Amino acid sequence: GKNEYDLLVIGGGSGGLACAKEAAQFGRKVAVLDYVEPSPQGTKWGLGGTCVNVGCIPKKLMHQAALLGSALKDAQHYGWNIAQPVHHTWSVMAQAVQNYVKSLNWGHRVQLQDKKVKYFNMKGSFSDPHTVRGLTKAGKETVVTAENIVIATGGRPKYLTHIAGALEYGITSDDLFWLKESPGKTPLVYYPFILHLYGIIAYISLTDASPDVSLECAGFLTGLGLDTTVMMRSIPLRGFDQQMASLVTEHMESYGTKILKKCFPTKVEKLESNRLQVTWKNTDLGMEETDSFNTVMWAVGRAPDTETLNLETVGVKTNSETGKIIVDASEATSVPHIFAVGDITEGRPELTPTAIAAGKLLARRLFGQSSELMDYENVPTTVFTPLEYGCVGLSEEAAVQCYGSDNVEVYHACYKPLEFTVAERDATQCYIKV
Amino acid sequence: SVQAPKEDKLQKLLEMNGHTSVPHSYDYDLIVIGGGSGGLAAAKEAAKYEKKVMVLDFVMPTPLGNSWGLGGTCVNVGCIPKKLMHQAALLGQALQDSRKYGWQFTEQVKHNWMTMTESVQNYIGSLNWGYRVSLREKNVTYENAYGEFVGPHTVKARNKRGAEKLYTAERFLIATGERPRYLGIPGDKEYCISSDDLFSLPYCPGKTLVVGASYVALECAGLLAGLGLHVTVMVRSILLRGFDQDIANKIGEYMEEHGISFIREFVPIKVEQIEKGTPGRLKVTARSTTGNQIIEGEYNTVLLAIGRDACTRKIGLDKVGVKINEKTGKIPVNDEEQTNVPYIYAVGDILQDKLELTPVAIQAGRLLVQRLYGGATNKCDYVNVPTTVFTPLEYGACGYSEETAVEKFGEENIEVYHSHFWPLEWTVPSRDNNKCYAKIICNIRDNERVIGFHVLGPSAGEITQGFAAAMKCGLTKEQLDSTIGIHPVCAEV
Repeated sequence: GKNEYDLLVIGGGSGGLACAKEAAQFGRKVAVLDYVEPSPQGTKWGLGGTCVNVGCIPKKLMHQAALLGSALKDAQHYGWNIAQPVHHTWSVMAQAVQNYVKSLNWGHRVQLQDKKVKYFNMKGSFSDPHTVRGLTKAGKETVVTAENIVIATGGRPKYLTHIAGALEYGITSDDLFWLKESPGKTPLVYYPFILHLYGIIAYISLTDASPDVSLECAGFLTGLGLDTTVMMRSIPLRGFDQQMASLVTEHMESYGTKILKKCFPTKVEKLESNRLQVTWKNTDLGMEETDSFNTVMWAVGRAPDTETLNLETVGVKTNSETGKIIVDASEATSVPHIFAVGDITEGRPELTPTAIAAGKLLARRLFGQSSELMDYENVPTTVFTPLEYGCVGLSEEAAVQCYGSDNVEVYHACYKPLEFTVAERDATQCYIKV
Repeated sequence: SVQAPKEDKLQKLLEMNGHTSVPHSYDYDLIVIGGGSGGLAAAKEAAKYEKKVMVLDFVMPTPLGNSWGLGGTCVNVGCIPKKLMHQAALLGQALQDSRKYGWQFTEQVKHNWMTMTESVQNYIGSLNWGYRVSLREKNVTYENAYGEFVGPHTVKARNKRGAEKLYTAERFLIATGERPRYLGIPGDKEYCISSDDLFSLPYCPGKTLVVGASYVALECAGLLAGLGLHVTVMVRSILLRGFDQDIANKIGEYMEEHGISFIREFVPIKVEQIEKGTPGRLKVTARSTTGNQIIEGEYNTVLLAIGRDACTRKIGLDKVGVKINEKTGKIPVNDEEQTNVPYIYAVGDILQDKLELTPVAIQAGRLLVQRLYGGATNKCDYVNVPTTVFTPLEYGACGYSEETAVEKFGEENIEVYHSHFWPLEWTVPSRDNNKCYAKIICNIRDNERVIGFHVLGPSAGEITQGFAAAMKCGLTKEQLDSTIGIHPVCAEV
């Protein structure tokens, strides 16, 4: 029979929504399925995807909160008389951030409505190449058929399930941004603000993917006054320019974040006091160490959200190592009329702006007679660590590898932001190179 | 005066023909008059080529007796202290924002002018010192003396104590910059201050009237208000003449909505002292520009920021035949910064029809020296020079304003793309959601080339710098559209 929709998008995040809204502009019949499986700790959120709910947006706002903490210190040098002590209340910030995110959820729903895109708060899985089964939280089922389908289900944080206690006691970025004050509402989550004196948090990062997440979170938590430690198995910010990566972590260390290098956790246990005892192996010293924390957060990479999609049934090929969906330059999968955009796609940067651009261009090619393909070259990005790192193009290592060290010239300089002078701030790591 | 050009020509001919330069018994290869951004950059560059260089720098005290060290306007009474005090004001705003982000501290937060000013002056002092050391290290002779031409190839240097010396040089570079203009009304020099005095004022200015609508006026008004002071701006006609007027008005609106009063279409006609003090109390009488209405107001401080005049009238230019624009005092130069007298050059704020910016002066000074002594041919590119106005809502611009673009290319050939934006950092503290703004002006006939870039919002300078490089490369609208944004930042708009 005839397909109900011209386009069905599975996943209401940056890529999915951009694609759906663009397709609707061409007068097409479009539907979006979005569903958030609660995190192991029970956290969930509304329409908008990772970026809006548990990524870029809350991260940048909390980073801003931390920067303002530094600004308070600077302000004294500039003549502002602020009585000490100054302290930070997590719940005030969290509430403000969460309210803003909720307004964005609302905004997205209204936008879809305005553009006449049908929205289903359902979890989708394929029945056949043009049919998707949607399941609500309550278990009610709806069948949707579409001429074209775009998979944009993104990713979710990985857990180190082989480590005892990791799943039960640890949180991830999915939970961090939604922590509220009262323990009653979200059981099993450990609150960073409790016992401010001992407010200790451990971040454990394998730095294979989303390495910036752990450093960014550790950064702003330190800035908010919490005793924060980052544990990493090997090198920070793998894939980024290594000289810059070490400047970033050097700065964080001088800023107050503790960094445990060449260590990996072996178990997490809950103590009577409700604190968490973490045991780890220090590969440099070759010995086991242990310490207790209020909260343990995992930032060991993100896994593509494809498990429940039933991709095998329809034959959509994924990369055997990463699990991500394989697409060509036009975002097409191995199955005709099925496409994918965003974090779920293999070999693409995991960034909101690229997902949005790819989604829009895809819609224009499908319905707008365009043939423009997405250009993934020279995509700029920024890591919002306490000392921010912006970059575009090749790292020094990649450039040397690509062109040979004889053909590469590096121009660089250290600099001191004028604003740091009166504030008596250390600018040792402020640096730029082309 | 006829001899000098001939001698130079002869020397040039000899050089061109491969002969080494005829040795003259000049004291120096180059004497730079003015130790500011342009002058020092040129002097240090010349020293690299092992030329014998002298810098003469002297600061005539302000009417109120204020003076400062080596470095010029930017370092002492311009860009540097301005940006630091602007930062102090921004931090005041940050304090307010931080409460919404969960930071807790006493409700009443006051600003201490002296703490800030001392810190700022200390930093400037370190820069003055740094420049002196730098010149010494590079073997550039520096004299804190007032230089003026007395004859061909000869200047007289008069120091603070009145002692005079004569020096000769093969070439000269005039980089004497400018000083604030006064109104020429009763009480202006006795009671009013200028930007030359503001940044080292040894007491809090209190309730201030800023006269003028230049970027200096608006930046100062903005920062003073940001520090908690009561500020009024008296404007004769339009804001930020020469800048994009659409943006200028938005800046004015923003300032007004944030507590700064504007008195439009009035000019002061007299300033009287009601009470002495630090600050004292002043009475300002002003007349309307559109009628006969007279108003009066009382202020602690009156800051004049109505423009700057080139320091070219008292340096003996007539003695060596250097032509200046009689009306403005500025010096016309060719595209190699050469005056009408071949061995005399000029850079910086004193140049006619060139931008009054530190980076421009530095670049021009350096390139000039590279051409003179290094065999280079690069000329200073004065097109698409980016700049930023550090008003409370910062404004970064590069290229044409909308008005100038329409004038030059015709309205039908211009397309303007624009957008308001709400910085993510402003959401939580509920700050204005419709004030930040960006626009680009494109030339339709030239591939929609971006010929004007304007952004109004936080960190405007940081945003604009990169786009200036892109415009130099010939950025088109299409290229801009296909550039992926960084999320979430203001610049992605």
